[in-house]
Amino acid sequence: MPSLDDLKKRIKSVKSTQKITKAMKMVAAAKLRKAQESAEKGRPYSQKMQNIILNLTKSINDPQNAPKLLVGTGEDKKYLCVVLTADRGLCGGFNSNICKLAKTNFKKILGEGKELNIITVGSKGHDQIKREYGKYLIKKFSFKDKKNISFNEADEVGKEIISLFNQNKFDKCIIFYNNFKNVITQIPQAQQIIPAETKNLKESNDENFSYEFEPEEDEILEDLLPKNISTQVFKALLENAASEQGSRMTAMDNATRNAGDLVDKLTIDYNRSRQASITKELIEIISGAESL
Amino acid sequence: MSDKFTVEIISPDQTISKQEANEVIIPSYEGQMGILNNHIPLITFLRPGVITIKAEGEKKYYVEEGTVEFSNNNLLILTSTARDLANLDNSKIKELLQKAEANLKTQSTDKEKYIASYKLETLKEISQ
Repeated sequence: MPSLDDLKKRIKSVKSTQKITKAMKMVAAAKLRKAQESAEKGRPYSQKMQNIILNLTKSINDPQNAPKLLVGTGEDKKYLCVVLTADRGLCGGFNSNICKLAKTNFKKILGEGKELNIITVGSKGHDQIKREYGKYLIKKFSFKDKKNISFNEADEVGKEIISLFNQNKFDKCIIFYNNFKNVITQIPQAQQIIPAETKNLKESNDENFSYEFEPEEDEILEDLLPKNISTQVFKALLENAASEQGSRMTAMDNATRNAGDLVDKLTIDYNRSRQASITKELIEIISGAESL
Repeated sequence: MSDKFTVEIISPDQTISKQEANEVIIPSYEGQMGILNNHIPLITFLRPGVITIKAEGEKKYYVEEGTVEFSNNNLLILTSTARDLANLDNSKIKELLQKAEANLKTQSTDKEKYIASYKLETLKEISQ
């Protein structure tokens, strides 16, 4: 049984923790609004860009000569995985969820005897993945000092991916990030960006466009494909930023509530043991008086 | 009305405009291009210039680069640099103009020079 003093100290410390988590929740909520807005506003751009690329993929009738970035190298041996996580912790299962998904995929890739390379964006993911898959890590990015994510950061990552591709370092590229659905739900996702994923092709209308190109098709593709990669990375970064804040807000809200419950429980314990000691003293006095 | 089509200008951070239009003139890579209803599917690039959207009124946007797609009577302009000319004041234009001038001198390839010179010209034009 802890003494009265101990209980008092515990209550005080839990209360101050509660204050911190409450403050973090407020900050996350404020940041969330901004991040959510930019994620939602950024969606049309990346979606439309992806659509154009998909339409282009459909219209290609000579896959042999098509740009490699679009149709892939035709092989399936080397994988590049880009894991996008946050730079800060204390946001619930946000980072772990991405890493869990990524690790399952890594296992699968390695299990099939394929080559694996990993790029991490964000220091939290880097730390988690380093433990098990450290030898596959080839590069890490961290935008810790950047307050807002802009297209430049995404472009940096995109350019790295493309330069690795041009050096023939991988055949397929998959990015991992959290898709922001709403404040309490973020869905970890794996998206294949090289070659462009044709899975959703059937959903879009089945018309076969034959586009008029100006300038030539090759030139357009040459410019558009790298841009698309950066755009997809940018989208992932934005979704991630919103998810991070949402996840942190929920986590901190829970922590605040738990701290409140704990304070209540400790207060009851405190009062009870205070009452017990008073009763004990009374009994001692009474029995002392009786014996006189 | 049947002679209209939708125009969307989208940048990475937001949808800048979405409206109906009768005609849109874009500064495509190989020259000015007027787009009307029922144009055939098209993909092209933009060079620096001014996009003019003609509906009831006329709207103009300054762009530096971008990708244009037209399909199903839907004109899609993806650009990160679109600015509404009505909101672009003279000091901002001058700033861009100075940058463009400095930029032109550092370009080495023909393609870069071509783009930079168009940028300069467009800016000069709208600053008048």
